[in-house]
Amino acid sequence: MVCLIIAESAIFTIFVVAYLFYVGKSLSGPTPREVLQTPIFYTVCLLSSSLTIHFAGRLLERGRRAEFLAFWLVTLILGALFLYGTGQEWHRLIYEHGLTISTNLFGTTYYSLVGLHAFHVTVGLILLTIVLLFGLAGSVGPEQSRRVDVLSLYWHFVDAVWVIVFTVVYVLGR
Amino acid sequence: MSSDAIAIQTAEAAGRPWVARLHEWVTTVDHKRLGLLYILYALFFLVIGGIEATIIRIQLMHPHNDFVSPQVFNRMFTMHGTTMIFFVAMPILFGFANYLVPLMIGARDMAFPRLNAFSFWLTAFGGLLLYFSFVGGNGLYGAGNAPDVGWWAYAPLASRAFSPGHSSDYWTIALLASGFGSIGTAINIIATIVSMRCPGMTLSRMPLLAWMNMVMSGMVLLAISPLTAAQIMLLVDRYLGGHFFDTQAGGSATLWMHFFWIFGHPEVYVLIIPCFAFASEIIPVFSRKPIFGYPVMVGATVCIAFVSMSVWAHHMFTIGMNSYANSFFTITTMAVGVPTGIKIFNWLGTMWGGKIQFKTPMLFCIGFLFQFLVAGLTGIMLASSPFDWQLSGSYFVVAHFHYVIVGGILFALFGAFYYWYPKITGRMLNENLGKLHFWLFLIGFHLTFDLMHIPGLLGMPRRIYTYEPGRGWDTLNFLVTVGAFVQGIATLVFVANLIVSYFKGKKAGNDPWDAWTLEWSVSSPPPVYNFASTPRVASRRPLWDLKHPEDPDSRYE
Repeated sequence: MVCLIIAESAIFTIFVVAYLFYVGKSLSGPTPREVLQTPIFYTVCLLSSSLTIHFAGRLLERGRRAEFLAFWLVTLILGALFLYGTGQEWHRLIYEHGLTISTNLFGTTYYSLVGLHAFHVTVGLILLTIVLLFGLAGSVGPEQSRRVDVLSLYWHFVDAVWVIVFTVVYVLGR
Repeated sequence: MSSDAIAIQTAEAAGRPWVARLHEWVTTVDHKRLGLLYILYALFFLVIGGIEATIIRIQLMHPHNDFVSPQVFNRMFTMHGTTMIFFVAMPILFGFANYLVPLMIGARDMAFPRLNAFSFWLTAFGGLLLYFSFVGGNGLYGAGNAPDVGWWAYAPLASRAFSPGHSSDYWTIALLASGFGSIGTAINIIATIVSMRCPGMTLSRMPLLAWMNMVMSGMVLLAISPLTAAQIMLLVDRYLGGHFFDTQAGGSATLWMHFFWIFGHPEVYVLIIPCFAFASEIIPVFSRKPIFGYPVMVGATVCIAFVSMSVWAHHMFTIGMNSYANSFFTITTMAVGVPTGIKIFNWLGTMWGGKIQFKTPMLFCIGFLFQFLVAGLTGIMLASSPFDWQLSGSYFVVAHFHYVIVGGILFALFGAFYYWYPKITGRMLNENLGKLHFWLFLIGFHLTFDLMHIPGLLGMPRRIYTYEPGRGWDTLNFLVTVGAFVQGIATLVFVANLIVSYFKGKKAGNDPWDAWTLEWSVSSPPPVYNFASTPRVASRRPLWDLKHPEDPDSRYE
């Protein structure tokens, strides 16, 4: 998983470089300053889900299954909220501002970078759901805790990437 | 014990219908079978890529030749480059890594056998997809079938406007699929080496082949991923109307070049480092001496990996970067020469004072040493940016990188085939045919690629489908083509040797070369379970310790 994360980081690096390279190079509007709103609430959701998944992992280690499932479910909900937030933002950009992936360079780089991240969140959510279903079926115990840790490593990675994407898109990019 | 295992296997294999055996191969997760599948698959594409090269050379044999049309010529060099790099060199090296790494570190299998199979089939379907373009690439546009944008697919040539139809999409998706396969295999190799070494095999006792394959896999993670990202961007541009590389909307063609070469240059080292690994295993055995400077060898490999990540823009000196960037990339590129030179001296140091046996694997490795050195020297010439301004995009560059890939990588690979074929099949390759193969290939190689430098210096650009007579290129080009045919014949000798020796070769036994690494301690071919009992290792040459209990290596390490 560490190796996969290295490879994924390289992919994200290329997209981030492309985004930064093209900041302010669009020939036509809308520009990031005009249309982007900082999604603070959803960012807090995603980042705090890193905490809850960490607690869930520790609880599983100690064999407290019910609490593990509760924290796991909270993680899942926080992740889903974040994804909803991204969806809402895209909806607003597309319908109110007419910004699509082919409108200008900002659109291309914004949708592909944020989209790539959202794709990883989606994959993460699917994996989280699978573990949740297994957990509800009663087959996730302390002996699986190392496997669960591998998954939470991935989830931490997705969160860490968001910190970078957030900085690049909403702070530096405007 | 070991011969019993073989007998049982053959008896079982003979008894089963071919469908069952085929099913076994298709669904296999065994690292040896997957390794073989990788190698066979790559050999198949080697023949196809070779045919494409021959078509290119026939077209360029005379000025104003019209053997193929310009359009077909473009397709041929695109497919030749793409095939040889992604569907010959990468899979064949992964195949050897798959086969040898677990055997050399005393493991039962790779760390993730199913991921291994998945990666192989991704790569395999990537190759099929690329070649399906000949049939399916036409689309509704009547705009040509196979990809014809060069293996760099520079923007904006690869954009919708200049590459209509689906030909470039086949290229993109094929590379994307095989790229995911490569990343999977790289993860697998690293995990295997990190966590599955047998007891006693510390990192400093690990065979150099395992070390170098680990470094190579690390580089694959960092080099293939940018290509994957760039391919996704190209797909966004082509299908969703994005503007990453669309200069009309403020996009940048240069950015594609950067992204491609951030992949492209480390890729060369991804290919050559496993070949260093072959040389580091073969040269000591046939010099009858342990490798000279083991820790330095490992250090130099890691050093090459690091430095090679920051040299990519030497492919782009002519695009008009500022003088600081030019100097930076000139210096880093020249710096790669230092660890590479260290390696060459280490191999020479291993041979120095040894009792050298000139068997075929050793011959190929000596050829590799010499030719790789020359390739490195022309590399240093091209690293100097003013020199590169003159010769970039000429046949000099083509000669240089073929010197690396054929003279270096392919020679080391042939050496590896002759060295490990007895282990894989249980039979020796015919030594006389092997020598014939070596000398024919050597002559053909030098005829082709030594002479190819000269038309480059005289100004012949690459990727032209024909040229005017009377520029001093005619005779040289003719001789280059003759050399290509000699190499083709030599390769046929090799293929014949592979097939004939499989049925009629001398029985190899466990350890035909009197070698020192763990793979030679098991039967040839190795049993499915590799090691009946997990080996214990006390030095870098475990088999030496076993054969010479009175004077084991472990006493000195």
